Amino acid sequence: MLRSFVRARALWAGLLAFGLMSAQAQVTITYWQYDFKSKIEAIDELIKRFEAANPGIKVVHQTFPYDAYQQKVGSSIPAGQGPDVVNLFYGWLPTWVKAGYLVPLPENLVSPKQVDNDFVSMAQSAKMGGKYYGLPTAVRSLALFYNKDLFQQAGISKPPRTWAEFFEAGKKLTVKQGDRYTQIGYGISPDGQDHHLVREVLLRQMGGRPYSDDGRKVLFGGAEGLKAFTMYTDWVKKHGIGIPSFFPGNNGYRDGFIAGKIGMIIDGSFAIGTIRSGAKFNWGVAELPVEKVGGRKANFGSFWLHGITPLAKGPKLEASVKLLNFITSAEAQRYWLEKVGELPARKDLIKDPKLSLDPVYGPFILSLSYAKATPFVDEAAQRTVIVNAINRVLLQNMDPAQSWKIAVEEEQKILDSFYK
Amino acid sequence: MKRSRLSLATREALWAYAFLLIPLAFFLFIRIWPAFQALWLSLYDWNADPAKRAFVGLEHYAQMAQDPLIARSLRNTLLYTLIGVPAQLVLGLGIALLLNAVTRERLRDVFRAIYFAPYVTPAVAVAWVFSWMLSANFGVVNEMLRAVGLPAQDFLRNPSLALPTVTAVVVWQNLGFQVVLFLAGLQNIPRDYYEAARIDGADGRQLFRHITLPLLNPVMVFSAVIGTIAFLQLFTQVVNLSFTDQGGPLHSTLTVALYIYQVAFGRFDLGYAAAITVLLFAIILLITLVQLRLLSRRVEY
Amino acid sequence: MNKRLSSFFVYTLLTLGALAMVFPFVWMVLTSLKSFQELFDLRWLPQEPTLENYREVLFGTQFPRWFLNSLVVAGVTTVSVLFFDSLVGYTLAKLRFPGKNLIFVLILATLMVPTEMLIIPWYVMSVDYGWVNTFWGILFPGLISAFGVFLMRQFFESLPSDLLDAGRIDGLSEFGVFWRVAFPLVRPALAALGIFTFLGNWNAFLWPLVIIQTPEMRTLPVGVALFSGEAGTAWHLIMAASSLAVIPVLIVFFIFQRQIIEGVVLTGVKG
Repeated sequence: MLRSFVRARALWAGLLAFGLMSAQAQVTITYWQYDFKSKIEAIDELIKRFEAANPGIKVVHQTFPYDAYQQKVGSSIPAGQGPDVVNLFYGWLPTWVKAGYLVPLPENLVSPKQVDNDFVSMAQSAKMGGKYYGLPTAVRSLALFYNKDLFQQAGISKPPRTWAEFFEAGKKLTVKQGDRYTQIGYGISPDGQDHHLVREVLLRQMGGRPYSDDGRKVLFGGAEGLKAFTMYTDWVKKHGIGIPSFFPGNNGYRDGFIAGKIGMIIDGSFAIGTIRSGAKFNWGVAELPVEKVGGRKANFGSFWLHGITPLAKGPKLEASVKLLNFITSAEAQRYWLEKVGELPARKDLIKDPKLSLDPVYGPFILSLSYAKATPFVDEAAQRTVIVNAINRVLLQNMDPAQSWKIAVEEEQKILDSFYK
Repeated sequence: MKRSRLSLATREALWAYAFLLIPLAFFLFIRIWPAFQALWLSLYDWNADPAKRAFVGLEHYAQMAQDPLIARSLRNTLLYTLIGVPAQLVLGLGIALLLNAVTRERLRDVFRAIYFAPYVTPAVAVAWVFSWMLSANFGVVNEMLRAVGLPAQDFLRNPSLALPTVTAVVVWQNLGFQVVLFLAGLQNIPRDYYEAARIDGADGRQLFRHITLPLLNPVMVFSAVIGTIAFLQLFTQVVNLSFTDQGGPLHSTLTVALYIYQVAFGRFDLGYAAAITVLLFAIILLITLVQLRLLSRRVEY
Repeated sequence: MNKRLSSFFVYTLLTLGALAMVFPFVWMVLTSLKSFQELFDLRWLPQEPTLENYREVLFGTQFPRWFLNSLVVAGVTTVSVLFFDSLVGYTLAKLRFPGKNLIFVLILATLMVPTEMLIIPWYVMSVDYGWVNTFWGILFPGLISAFGVFLMRQFFESLPSDLLDAGRIDGLSEFGVFWRVAFPLVRPALAALGIFTFLGNWNAFLWPLVIIQTPEMRTLPVGVALFSGEAGTAWHLIMAASSLAVIPVLIVFFIFQRQIIEGVVLTGVKG
């Protein structure tokens, strides 16, 4: 009875809507992203512009808590009620595609060649089996944030350019009283951005590469990989320029930096807003240090993309692709940079010299040209592999070579089970 | 009337079924039927589209045997339960008895509210405060250790200390629940039992052993069984205390329920998650049945 | 036994314990009075106490609405649970009928399936019946709880059966015996169950998250999750929101505790 009542109500609502819309065909689609104030406002504004340009389409915008976002999407789509266009982290793409939560972008509406040409190269991580499953509005890279006031007090004039300079600075910035650190040089954080640092940055700077071209074989087990890994763990074990969870909590390294107790952190461009509003000292941003001056540069790039779910069918699919094209257009990306402060994903936009000379955005923008996005198949599990490799050395005093070997085996197992 | 012709026993049974009708229908539709769907799901590879779910038989169950994290999370979960349940039962009962011994009413009210406070404090807030209290560098707990000449400990980061530490936080938070429960149990004991025994010359210890303990037994059975079920499904506090390295460091705090969550919603592998759920269910059921049998026997005496 | 010595011990132990119990709570409240800049100051007392966080939470978000939503959900659920669970608990404890133990174990077994795995079937059901983003949708899974059934069964079990028989002899129906005789006698247990159920729903996160689609339907925990995001957690706001969520509950408990805990029994047990 309840059911029929509900149906009847829906029918009335439908009739009413039909009457109001006159005879025009109306499509309603739903867009989902996670809660973030400036992003919600930006998408609201973009939807307003989009609806004005496309009178036949109405977009419902819904947002959910960041920590439980995947769970929300994971339980909604199977029930047939959820987003038509959905925002997701690129590292989730393989598991989402495999579980049938996304459909490829129709090639007649989004030309893969055009995307290859127009977007920064890391956007190709949104491709699986040659097909694009979504497009980003903005991208991220890593850089070094440093506390200028602490640098000055320690007599360091410039941000480090090489890793040798980096841990020299780190040593000077570290203050210890008895067995207690009151200030540390580097905000080490294996489960923050450091696992990316080891896998994508240090390894490539040493001349290695993490995976084979087809992504099926782990290559970071070679000599370069071990060298990169050992250099990283030595920062704590040998040079003592930091300790993990100096500040407790989810983003303790960033909190500690904001509190003025940590000299340097390596963080993503998405952290700029938080640091800007929190830090009450002079701080600066620099490109990541390299092995030696003039040496090979490397960076980890990542992004959130907008994908299309199987719920978008027929006219909804068409409308969804239109929306997707609009929110990834040059106009939208320019607006996004201004409003949210995230770096645009289109090549011609990041060429803007005003941007690359910006003291805060500049280092991130410069890094985008050589940043690579790790081809994750199971982002959470692969992150844990590196985090655990680091923790075995830092917390259990395991020999780095042995720990790294375990990581290689675990990682290969994850790849094998995905590609089986 | 028809009713009067029924035997007393039949009448009682009919009343019982009438009382149970709505609740049983509720449990059947809202709890049991969905649980069977999960069981069914464990035989398939997950896909958002039901038509695309491939039947894999018992493959997910075989996969569990090969998965080192299953063994690890099972071991952790049992350890949490073995430490946590007795600890919260004994402490909860002890505090309830002490509170009952307070004769000044205002003071008792204040104490009760204070002991209840942890239970109402949201888990995120608790986790944040404890991670600071237990911090190796800044924490009060380590300050106290240093004051008595002991080495500082990184409670939540040391893989061999993390699990007991999380257990302690959970017990701390559950104490409010245990205290309210045992206070209710103590209130339920008729006062004349004590008077009668005292007239017979029983002292405090005897009153406790021969009246309080046996009459409190149903509440203790409840506390033990419910506490065990809850600890075997421990999840929220672990996530809150291990932050981005969920269940870490080095999987030392990972529980089965957390692993199910990660497999289901981090990996979108709900078929495998369902299989692990079935395993967890079987374990909890077995332990509960054993507990009920062992503990209820004591009720008889 | 020396009475004064023993009561000295009681008070000392309780006071020490109380400090350990209340300390994190106090810390939460103190942190809620700090600005974001002062958050990591590492001094307990806020140097420049501010109510700004409270203002932000109350007026910058839909917090008052979330509070109301939680009140409705937890309130309705508690009433339903108190009635149905005591009825079932009573039946399982005091009436004789075939299949009693089986039914008890069956109900208890429903507690052993983690909610995570029930969410998708519940959601499918809610979509079918149009319950998504409604109060009914948020609260229907909790209307009767196996936890409460078990609790009430344990308490009814220790009720002397002759009291109930007396009711029967007075001509009460079976429901009358339950409602007029047994129900009032377990008031301490009902109070405990009421508190547990209310708080359990007050703090519930997983299911409300899935069934709620719009900001104005959020319950407190889902709403408060807004303050924790990818680029950091606004601890100062979380602490203010948590304090706002908890303090009213604690005040209600404090005022009514004697009525609810002590119930019909006039005074506590004095050892």
